[in-house]
Amino acid sequence: MDRAETSARIAALIEPFNKKGVEITDATRFTDDLEFDSLTVMDFVAEIEDGFDIIISMNQQAEIENYGQLVDAVVKLQG
Amino acid sequence: MTDMLSENETQVHTDLFSKFDPLIEMRRDLLSTGVTDPFGLVMEKVISPTVAMCNGRETILLGTYNYMGMTFDADVIAAGKQALDDFGSGTTGSRVLNGTYAGHKAVEEALCDFYDMKHAMVFSTGYQANLGIISTIAGKGDYIVLDIDSHASIWDGCKMGDAEVVPFKHNDIEAMEKRLKRIPEGAGKLVVLEGVYSMLGDIAPLKEMIAVAKKYGAMVLVDEAHSMGFIGPNGRGVAEDQGCLDDVDFVIGTFSKSVGTVGGFCVSNHPKFEIMRLVCRPYVFTASLPPSVVATATTSIRKLMTAAEKRAHLWESSRTLHKGLTDAGFQLGTEEPQSAIIAVIMPDLERGAMMWEALLHEGLYVNLARPPATPANMTLLRCSLCAEHSAEQVQQIIGMFTRAGKTAGILA
Repeated sequence: MDRAETSARIAALIEPFNKKGVEITDATRFTDDLEFDSLTVMDFVAEIEDGFDIIISMNQQAEIENYGQLVDAVVKLQG
Repeated sequence: MTDMLSENETQVHTDLFSKFDPLIEMRRDLLSTGVTDPFGLVMEKVISPTVAMCNGRETILLGTYNYMGMTFDADVIAAGKQALDDFGSGTTGSRVLNGTYAGHKAVEEALCDFYDMKHAMVFSTGYQANLGIISTIAGKGDYIVLDIDSHASIWDGCKMGDAEVVPFKHNDIEAMEKRLKRIPEGAGKLVVLEGVYSMLGDIAPLKEMIAVAKKYGAMVLVDEAHSMGFIGPNGRGVAEDQGCLDDVDFVIGTFSKSVGTVGGFCVSNHPKFEIMRLVCRPYVFTASLPPSVVATATTSIRKLMTAAEKRAHLWESSRTLHKGLTDAGFQLGTEEPQSAIIAVIMPDLERGAMMWEALLHEGLYVNLARPPATPANMTLLRCSLCAEHSAEQVQQIIGMFTRAGKTAGILA
């Protein structure tokens, strides 16, 4: 799956978590812009993991601050 | 590379404490309402495992981890005094150097007998037991799969090690299996679970979870800190109660709850377990427990092996309190009593603190628990029962809760 396709799928998965309808760009930050708390992060990560059949470990999550970084990580993790 | 500053130059000073400002502000707001600081209680005198003097008032203790009431047991105290006389006040050394006395070997033997396992390793606290074992056995390239509601000591053990850390939703067997399934073939896997989760007092479906973990070739560590002495026919914990203790590779426990002193341990049947004593840094690089502590622990553990009557009484108290508080109209953490912990859910921190204070005025101490220690950002009044609470005390407690609940506006 290429980056554009991956991004489109993540965009669909993020929608129910984007309560305030924030416009999503690669620079959108999960904590600061989308205001995800730790519980939301857990549920959201589980959705992404299940959607792509991958593991995003806590160690990897620590490196992901914005949407663009998440898309890059998922592309990479799909191999 | 930047130049070094000349003698008359200085850079802006950043206060490293500024990161705590939100918490400092939150505490100030809470205390400005006039409530007693829930995290500043001092017990002036401890009368028994269930009663202490707090602010000059005789107070029933319902927020200790003294589940089996061993802290004032005459045999336990005598053993401690004897050890103070015979071995002195402390070891002043690591277990692997000058800090292993006869008492340390004796308490490890008592643990092997208690759990019917081959190896036992005693740490200076339960926190260090999780920290040490988890960070040491799961290394680079290995995976730790753990429940999201795990205790801070488990998380810190994960953080200290180099393994990949993969949490799953609390007690969710399917979520755990999905994660195990995705781990690359050949990688080492450690599943970390708890018998009793201490915030809500709920237990884990260990039998099912451990069966799944084994199917995927994982090793299993279970923290039984809040179940030892009480749950299971021999008090070995939730895994014993559910008939799956043989499939647990490592049991982590503590002396600071049912055993009634301080210290932590890991018991295991792993044939290479003894190497842990040389490679586990939180075991090596700290002083061993004082002789009096291991002596009291040994006596207590041996007495807990045959404490079936106390266990039965504690279950009775747990059922009575759970029903009494439910009938009074409180919302509890579990639908049925599953452990010695009954968590009463508060609408928010402010009213939780008010209720906590109203209970203290009634003469009852419970734990106020708040995020981040609690799951789902809940504020809880955690009640932990002791086998020494009498049936009368339990009725008294229900009455106190009902009155305080009305005072604090929690009950209609």
